Amino acid sequence: MDLTLKIWRQKNAASKGKFVTYKISDISPNSSFLEMMDILNESLVLCGEDPVAFDHDCREGICGACSMYINGHPHGPDKAITTCQLHMRRFKDGETIVIEPWRARPFPVLKDLIVDRTAFDKIIQAGGYVSVNTGGIPDANSIPIPKVKADLSMDAAACIGCGACVAACKNASAMLFVAAKVSQFALLPQGRVEASERVQAMVAEMDNLGFGNCTNTGACEAECPKEISISNIARMNREFLSAKLGAQKPSGRTGSDA
Amino acid sequence: MALAGLFLISFLGVHLGINLLILKNDGREAFNIAAHFMVTNPVVQSMQWVLFGGFILHILLGAVLQIQNWMARPQRYKVEGFSHTSYFSKFMIHTGLIIFAFLILHLVNFFFKAKFGAMPEVMIGDHMYEDMGLLVIEKFSNLSYVILYIFWLLFLGFHLDHAFHSAMQSLGLNHSKYTPVFFGISRALAILIAGGFMIIPLVIYFS
Repeated sequence: MDLTLKIWRQKNAASKGKFVTYKISDISPNSSFLEMMDILNESLVLCGEDPVAFDHDCREGICGACSMYINGHPHGPDKAITTCQLHMRRFKDGETIVIEPWRARPFPVLKDLIVDRTAFDKIIQAGGYVSVNTGGIPDANSIPIPKVKADLSMDAAACIGCGACVAACKNASAMLFVAAKVSQFALLPQGRVEASERVQAMVAEMDNLGFGNCTNTGACEAECPKEISISNIARMNREFLSAKLGAQKPSGRTGSDA
Repeated sequence: MALAGLFLISFLGVHLGINLLILKNDGREAFNIAAHFMVTNPVVQSMQWVLFGGFILHILLGAVLQIQNWMARPQRYKVEGFSHTSYFSKFMIHTGLIIFAFLILHLVNFFFKAKFGAMPEVMIGDHMYEDMGLLVIEKFSNLSYVILYIFWLLFLGFHLDHAFHSAMQSLGLNHSKYTPVFFGISRALAILIAGGFMIIPLVIYFS
């Protein structure tokens, strides 16, 4: 396959980037998208040019590192895959492919196609965990959990935090990511203990970091490589509303009252 | 945003119900009595302020959210998103702005005229009523007004297409069984409300 690639090149976070066009030929339709990028980079290195920087790690769709916006789609045109699972047979011979980094204010470009997704870590740090002391390993089935809830929680936990939801959303909203993290805990008894504080803290951090607002277009769900449902966003909205409405004021008691 | 939007949808329903009375073949009697009731009833009059509040809240929140959303992506993509989404959901601020611009014209044409202008009067039974119906018929006898209103209402329909189900989702009401129904209600409301309002200028002009 012969292809024309228009790739965003940016030296560092402070510099102004631009699109650079590359011609690449003899690409096997069976190679993965990242292998095609590797071939391009090898040719760039041989010419003494700086290779295109892009995030990647597991190359099997589980780490969430790869983050390319390809021809108007995060992770490319196929459904429910990450960029590393995309194959060149998906494109036509002679096609022009435009490759951009995720675009969002909280995801600044570090170099070429690599963006800084620390913002997601900050949201997790704000409350995306269970801090209760769980003690030793409990006996199996000592906490009964309905199968439906366990499945929904597992579906939400499938989120790999790649940021495709933010990249796809016209508002650069992180609602699907935060909703998945809120939901995976809120659905389980272990997570319910801190559900109210968690949702408020994570939403506050999300807003604080400058992500956009959800206008329910559903682009995040359509582009999510793990097919996280926007029903999680509704669950987070429910959790948030009930947390705000039902939040109790601190009693002001000291430890000696206990 | 969602609550104000739902309130405005309920207002549109009431407004449409009253407007359709003008099509009744009774010499505008029912319409004029209903219009008189709306401008004199104290409960309706007090609700009018709630309605203004709803409009202002919906418009201001919409503007603030949109500005925040634009700020969240300072650099746009070269190839804009082709994600599979409901089409009109991407243009709520644009359809909203068109609706708002025409709303001002609409208020000048009818609301302010009825409220502060000199209105023709008509005797119905033993009482004199403002002939609001005559004002409507005069306006919609003009083809340019008919075209303008059809255009406006078309955009109201586009806006409503992403209204009801979106409000439900924002309020956390998403359910595998009922969410598809909410989408159906949204589409039905868009067609019924926009279509219902469109019938009025068309019928008046062509009769």
